[in-house]
Formats: sequence, structure tokens, C-alpha cells
Amino acid sequence: MLTCSQKPHATQSSVVTAPTASVTRQRKKRGTRLAGGLLLLALLALALTLSVAFGARTVGWPEIAAALSGQVETIGDAAVASRLPRTLLAVLAGAALAVSGGVMQGLTRNPLADPGLLGVNAGAALAIVIGIAWFGIDETTTYIWTAILGAGLAAVAVYTIASLARGGATPLRLALAGAATTAALSSLATAVILPRGDIAGLAQSWLVGGIGGATYDQIMPVLPFLLAGFVITLLAARKLNLLALGDDAAAGLGEKVAVARAMSAVGAVLLCGPITAICGPIGFVGLVVPHACRLLVGGDYRWLLPFSALGGAVLLTFSDVVGRLVAHPAELDASIVTAFIGAPVFIWIVRNRKVGAL
Amino acid sequence: MNPPSYNATPSSLSQHHEHHPYRQMRRAHAKRRGRILAVLAACLLAGVVLTLMLGQSFTPLTTVLRIMGGAEVPGASFTVRELRLPRAVVAVLAGACFGLGGVAFQTLLRNPLASPDIIGISTGASTGAVFAIVVLSLSGTAVSIIAIAAGLGVALLIYGLSWQQGVTGARLILIGIGLAAMLQSVTAYLLMRAPSWSLQEALRWMAGSLNGVQLEQALPLFIALLLFGGLLLSRHRDLETLRMGDDIAVGLGVRLALTRITVVITAVALVAFATAVTGPIAFVAFLSGPIAARLVGRNDSLLIPSALVGALLVLLADYAGQFLLPARYPVGIVTGVLGAPYLVYLITRDNKSRGTL
Repeated sequence: MLTCSQKPHATQSSVVTAPTASVTRQRKKRGTRLAGGLLLLALLALALTLSVAFGARTVGWPEIAAALSGQVETIGDAAVASRLPRTLLAVLAGAALAVSGGVMQGLTRNPLADPGLLGVNAGAALAIVIGIAWFGIDETTTYIWTAILGAGLAAVAVYTIASLARGGATPLRLALAGAATTAALSSLATAVILPRGDIAGLAQSWLVGGIGGATYDQIMPVLPFLLAGFVITLLAARKLNLLALGDDAAAGLGEKVAVARAMSAVGAVLLCGPITAICGPIGFVGLVVPHACRLLVGGDYRWLLPFSALGGAVLLTFSDVVGRLVAHPAELDASIVTAFIGAPVFIWIVRNRKVGAL
Repeated sequence: MNPPSYNATPSSLSQHHEHHPYRQMRRAHAKRRGRILAVLAACLLAGVVLTLMLGQSFTPLTTVLRIMGGAEVPGASFTVRELRLPRAVVAVLAGACFGLGGVAFQTLLRNPLASPDIIGISTGASTGAVFAIVVLSLSGTAVSIIAIAAGLGVALLIYGLSWQQGVTGARLILIGIGLAAMLQSVTAYLLMRAPSWSLQEALRWMAGSLNGVQLEQALPLFIALLLFGGLLLSRHRDLETLRMGDDIAVGLGVRLALTRITVVITAVALVAFATAVTGPIAFVAFLSGPIAARLVGRNDSLLIPSALVGALLVLLADYAGQFLLPARYPVGIVTGVLGAPYLVYLITRDNKSRGTL
């Protein structure tokens, strides 16, 4: 029985049944969304608890409660208190990277887009290194602007390189352009750092991304950028839905394609640039989370982006906790953990799509 | 019954062939190839001699020759024998290893992008080497063995993961890039957290550097080059035939599985041995083959030309990194900055003929 509403020449009976079918489908969809949202919120609560409770030092509930209420008297209290800002940063960074990755995937219509793989993080890192070495920047706000500049330039460069060839920016071209750009930019960054023994300590932060040692002083300046990024990307969500239909279709539906692209790109860079400025490069969050969320809420970016924000927060917070537990009493940086979670997903995506159609 | 040409006398046969245009073309071709190889080898030799002469101070050729002959020249012996010679020798050997390993993969997979440094095999080898050096505190051949094991493991993993009723180049490259990104983070982490390494040392190693190489390190590299390079060369005919496609190669009597396994093992071993000594020098494996193809033409065996080009690349890039730039840079930085534009060119090039990219 064909009751699908997609049938162009609908008979009388299917017109009657179509609304009911789509209503049930919508109800079902709403149910999945609700369940998924609740699940993500529960996971986030769990991740937050774990992140506060576990670490190099084993602490009990009284110490956690004391630290949460602002009393820092014992070493245990202090340990818990120092876990609070990094937990906040994990939530923010995870959400920002995941939304940024989701937007890039929509923008490039490419399932493999991710700020790390596309060389955007490497661009931010190089810009910061140059800023520190040659221009002596030392304020967090300046770091952030520099990182945004670098990330933006790298994003434009990678996308331009990949779309220069006939046939446009295929996933393979985009991934390769990202790999080439990353290689060149990290070589340049190393070249800038090596002659300068005094700033070599920075290398650690731009080679291995992590959220350990975060302080509120570092986090505060990022907030306005992230807020702007979230607002812009959410406003661009409807435009991304139209872009997903293809440029011609989007233009036909009255969308200004160039404006839509520029807006989404600015939003994505505002989200991943500042995070790279304070955490260093954290890859794969932006790749994995939107794909996982697509399974929950489908391809509608108005839903996908908020869900990705939640999912990213969960993933990065969990990764940070895992990093603390695996290498106890030392720590594994969160970016290593996300790489180990992310690479298998990346491979799964590559295997499950026809590469030509990717 | 027989057609006349079959029972022709030897003299007429040779005469006949002498004037055959195809024969002539081939001979001219072989001559040209020989000339190019000779020029490459001469450039390499000249490069080695020049890097022995030039540096912070200038050592005249005669003095270099006397020192090589065993004479002690105050003020120059140390520089030439301890500083410049090991560097030049290791540069040539490692470059040749990278060049051979790279072109073997590119030929086997029929794709210039499928070089070990892009599809993650070099990254695997360097992760193995770093693990052996930093965590297990090993040195010398043990490091190379672990690097080879890791490189082979990663190669197998990439191949296995990209298998889906056959392996397409695009899928293999993409999966390699994904794995490389993961392994890269492991290498960076191991090096950054190593207590015995300063950050700058770690950075140099990760970029690929010839700093502080010893002549003793050259011997295993030389043996590896002879052994695995020889093995690879012994299969070069089969490798050439594979370029025409698997089916044609099988039809022409190539044992596909055996050739593939031999080529993969020898190429990984070459890359891993070099990586264990110098670190992953970026893009040498990727660049050597295509440059060699430009020089001698695509239809010839590229193994020896690529080895020469690789050696020349590393030697010159190392010299440039040491003396031609405002500060001293490890060789991998120079090749990294050089190689990326070529990769960009390959991506943007209009290639309708090859569906894989």
C-alpha cells in the first residue's frame, strides 16, 4: 500500500492517509528527539559528576560538597576545586567543536569535515605561534583574535584548494588539502618556534590539545566569542538546511547562497578558533558528534546543532575523565582520547559511504 | 611453409632489427635514461663532496680528500669526519630509503598520493620508533625492528580496513589519513611527555632531523638499503607490469599476492629503518617518485631514479636547513614546506583520466 506523501501524483486515498502518516512520523520523530535529548542530558550530568569526582587524587563526597560550596580547606577540597574550571572548559570546548564540525559538514556538504582534519586548528596554532614569537602578544583576548584570524585563513585556503579542481571539493580532495595544509602549517610553526628557546614551552600546548590546568581567567575571555558563535550558527541553521539541497536549489528557494555560506563559516570559525587558542588542537570531536546526532535527530540543522552541542560536551568531558583514569596518576590529554574514539568513527564513515558519492 | 623472416640468416636478422624503428627508439630511450641516471648520480656525488667542503667554515677539496684518506688535519679533521661526513652519509642513505619505499607504494597502488607518508605508514613507523626510544629506552637496531613491526601493522590495518570487495585508492588514502591523524597525536604525546627529552629535541625529531647522527647509525641503514632495496629491485619487472592493472599483470604471469607482499614488506622496512634513524622526514617518500618520473619518463622503472632523487632531496634540504636559512632548521621542516605545495598541485590538477581522485 503506497501511502507515502512523497508521491507526486497522489490519489484521493493517499491524500487522505498522507497527513496521518506524516503526523505519526512527526510524533515518532518528536519522541526520538525528546528521548535523545533526555539521554544526552543524563549523560552530561553523569560526565560532570565523574569529572568532578575522579582524578589523580581520590576524594570523598564531603570534600566534593565542600569544594562545590566554595570552601577550600583540605587538599581534597582544593583538588576538586581545580577540577571545576576544567570541567566547565570541557563542556564549552566540546560543545563549540561539535557545533563547528557540524556546520562545516553542512557548509561543505562533506561528511568528513572537522576543524582538526581540515587544517583549521593548525592555522589557529600557527597564527598564535607567530603572534607570540614575532609580535610578543601575551593576553588571552589577543590570543583569541589571532587564533580566529589564523583559523579563518586556513579554512578559506583549504576550501579554495579543494574546490579549484574540476568537480569541486570532493571529500577526498578536502581531506587531502587539509592534510597538506596541516603538514605545511605545522612545519612552519616548528620553524618559528625552534630558533626561540624561550618560547619552546608553548609547543606543548599547540601540539597536543588538552584541557588540563584550565583556570577561570582563561575561560572568561572566550565566552563572548563562543556566545556569538553559537548564536550565529543557530541563526544559520535554516540556511544550512537549504544549502544541503545544493546551491541551485537553495538559490531557487530564495536563499542568498554566498551570505549563507559566509555566515556559517564565520560562526564555525568563531567557535573553533578560540577553543584552539586555549586548549590547543583537539580533533575528531567535530567529526564524530554531528554524525552520532544525525542518527538521533536526522539532518535538520535546527535540531542537529543544539544536539551536537550537548553531545560534544558529553564526549569531551568523558574523554577528559577517561584520560585521567587510564594514565592514573598521570593524565592523558583529552585530544589523544578523542583521537582514539574518533579515528574508528572516521573509518566507519569512509567505509559506509560510496567514496565517489561521499 | 615458413614465412621468410623466420628462417632468415642471423646476419639478415640482425640487420633487420638494426633498422627497426622501435628498436632504435628503445635504444635511444635506454641511452637517454642512462644519461639521466649518470647525471643524477654525479649530482649526488657532487652534493656529498660539497657538503663535506662547505659549512660554518670552508674546507678545500684537497684537504677533504686528505682527511678521507686518513690524514689528520688540525681544525678540519673533526669537522669533516665527525660532523659533516655522518650527516652526508645518513642523508643519502635515508633519502634513498624514503625514495625507494615511496615509489614502490605509489607504483603498487597506482596513485601518486598513496605514498607511505600520506597514507599513515610512516606515521605508524615513527610512532613505533618513538615508543621504543621513549618508553622502552631502546636504541639502535631494536628501534628499527619495532618501527618496522609498527609500520607493517599499520599497513596491514589500513589495507584490511579499506577492503570492501576490493580496495579502491580513494578509500585507502582516506582511511590512511584518519589513522595517521590518530597516530600523530600519540607520537606527539609520547614525545611531549618524555622526561628525558627537551621540547626542542622532541620537535626536531618529529619534524625529521639529521642532528647528531653518528656514522655507526649509517651501517644498519646501509645494510637495510642493500637487503630490502635489492629485494625490491629483484621484483621490479613484476612491479612495472602491475602498473598496467592487476588483470593484465596476472595474464602476463605476475604472481600477484607474492609481488604485493614482497613490495609492501620491503617498502615498509625501508621507510621504517630510515624513520628510526632520522625521524619522519616529511614528503621525501611522496616527492621522489613523481620527480623521478618527470626526469626519466613514466614508462621506465622508477626505483633507482627515485632512490637517487630521494637522496639528493634530503642532502640538499638538510644543507639548506643548516646554512641557507636565517636560523638552523631540521631537514623535515624544509621538505615539509617544499612538499605541501606539490600536494596542493596534485589535488588541484585537472585529472579527468583518473577516477580515483
